[in-house]
Amino acid sequence: MANGSQTGQIGLRGWVYAGRFGLERYAYTLHRITGLGLLLYFLMHICVTSSRALGQAAWESVMGFLSHPIFRIGEFLVYVAFAYHALNGVRLILGELGLGLGNPVRPEYPYPIAHRRQRPLFLALMIISGILILAGGWDFFVTKH
Amino acid sequence: MCQRNEHSGQALSDEIVREVVFRVQRYSPGQDRPVTREYRVPVTRGMTVLDGLHYIRDNLDATLSYRFSCRMGVCGSCGMYINSFPRLACQTQILELNSDLVDVRPMPNYPVVKDLVPDLSQLFAKHREVQPFIIRNEQELEHPTAEFLQKPEELLRYLQFTYCIKCGLCLTACPTVATDPRYLGPQALAQSYRYCADTRDAGAEGRLRIAAGRDGVWRCHLAGACSEACPKGVDPALGIQLLKRLAVLRALSLKKPHSPAPVAGKRTGVERRPGIPQPPPPTVESR
Ligand code: SF4
Ligand code: FES
Repeated sequence: MANGSQTGQIGLRGWVYAGRFGLERYAYTLHRITGLGLLLYFLMHICVTSSRALGQAAWESVMGFLSHPIFRIGEFLVYVAFAYHALNGVRLILGELGLGLGNPVRPEYPYPIAHRRQRPLFLALMIISGILILAGGWDFFVTKH
Repeated sequence: MCQRNEHSGQALSDEIVREVVFRVQRYSPGQDRPVTREYRVPVTRGMTVLDGLHYIRDNLDATLSYRFSCRMGVCGSCGMYINSFPRLACQTQILELNSDLVDVRPMPNYPVVKDLVPDLSQLFAKHREVQPFIIRNEQELEHPTAEFLQKPEELLRYLQFTYCIKCGLCLTACPTVATDPRYLGPQALAQSYRYCADTRDAGAEGRLRIAAGRDGVWRCHLAGACSEACPKGVDPALGIQLLKRLAVLRALSLKKPHSPAPVAGKRTGVERRPGIPQPPPPTVESR
C-alpha cells in the first residue's frame, strides 16, 4: 500500500508527530517511553539481584561493575522516568474514573473537549514531577553519600 | 454573482482574493510509492479545500481522485490530512488555513485506494464489532407498538456521541492506532459507550466484554488527539474514559445493570385538545 503497511499504519512515527495536537498527545508518547524504560529496568534489576544466588563472589563482581558512574546516570534516568510516569499516571487514572473530565454535553460550536478541562491538573502534576526530578538530581549528584 | 454571507456580512463573490499552491499526494494502484503534484488554485472567499480539489479536477487534472458526497460535513466522506492536521475537506476554508501552500494527503493510518481516497473498511469493521445498536430481548424491537420512555437528562448522557459521522479522522489522530492495527479505536469505542449509556439498552454486558477486552479501552492512554481532530464535537476520548469507568464499576459490582427503559403505555384520562388534526392512518399493519 502507498503509506507503509497493509493497514496503512504510520507506525512509531505516529507516536511522535501526527499533526498539531495538544500537550496530552506528547504526554502519551513520554508515558509510553518511560513505561518501557521502567519495564526494561525491572527486568535488569531482577537479573542483577539474582546474581546473588550464584554466590558472594558473583554478587560482588556485578556490584563492582555497576559502580561505574554511567550506571549512576542510568539510575537517575530511571528515577526521572518514575517521577514522570507516576504523576502522569495519576492524571490518567483520574480520567479513567471520569474525574475532572466533566459530563457529555450537547456538541455546540466551539466544541468542548473534555480532557482540556483536566489541563490545570496536568500542569500541576507536571510541576510536582519537575520538583521531584530536581530534588532527586540534587540528591544523586550533589549530596555526598 | 454576489451574495452576502449572513454570518460575517462579507460579500461572497467570484473575486479572486489569493492564489495558493495545492500540493497533493498522488498514488495509483500498482505504483511503488506515492508522488506529490502541485497545482495553482485561485481562491475566492468561502472556498473550501474540497472546492479547491474540484477546481483542480475540472480545470487542471481530471485524473485526480477524492471522495466526497454531501459537501456539508454530514456524510463523513472527505476526511483528509490537510496542512498537517486531519480535517474534513468540505469544512476547511482555504483562507482560514492562512497559508500559500495547501498540503493535501490521504488520511494516515488507512491504506490508500487511489490519490486521496482511503480504504475505510477497517473503520467500519471495528464499528460493527462493538455492537452499535440497542440490544434487548423483546418482541418490541422487531414489532414496535410504542416508543421507549427516556428522560431528556438520560438522553444527554449519550447524545454527544450520536453525532459521529464515521469520517474516521479520529483514527488518523490516534497514536495507539498508529502502531496497533487491531485496537478498536476512538470511533468504535465512543459508539460502544453511546449504546451502553442508553437507558433503552440492555446489552452493556456483552458490549463491554468486547470493548474492555484485549483490543479495547485499556489501550488508550488519553492522548486526546481524537477529540481534537473530531469535526463534529463527538469527543471520543471522553467516551472512552467513561467506558473505562463503566467497565471498572461493573467489574467491581459497584454498578448494577439497569432494567431497560419501559415501553410507553397507552395514555388514559387525557383528552385530545380540540382543533388538533388526527394523524394519518398507519402505513403498516399493526400486529
Ligand atoms: S468520532 Fe468524530 S472524528 Fe471519529 S469518526 Fe466520528 S465524527 Fe469522525
Ligand atoms: S463531503 Fe460529506 S463530510 Fe465532507
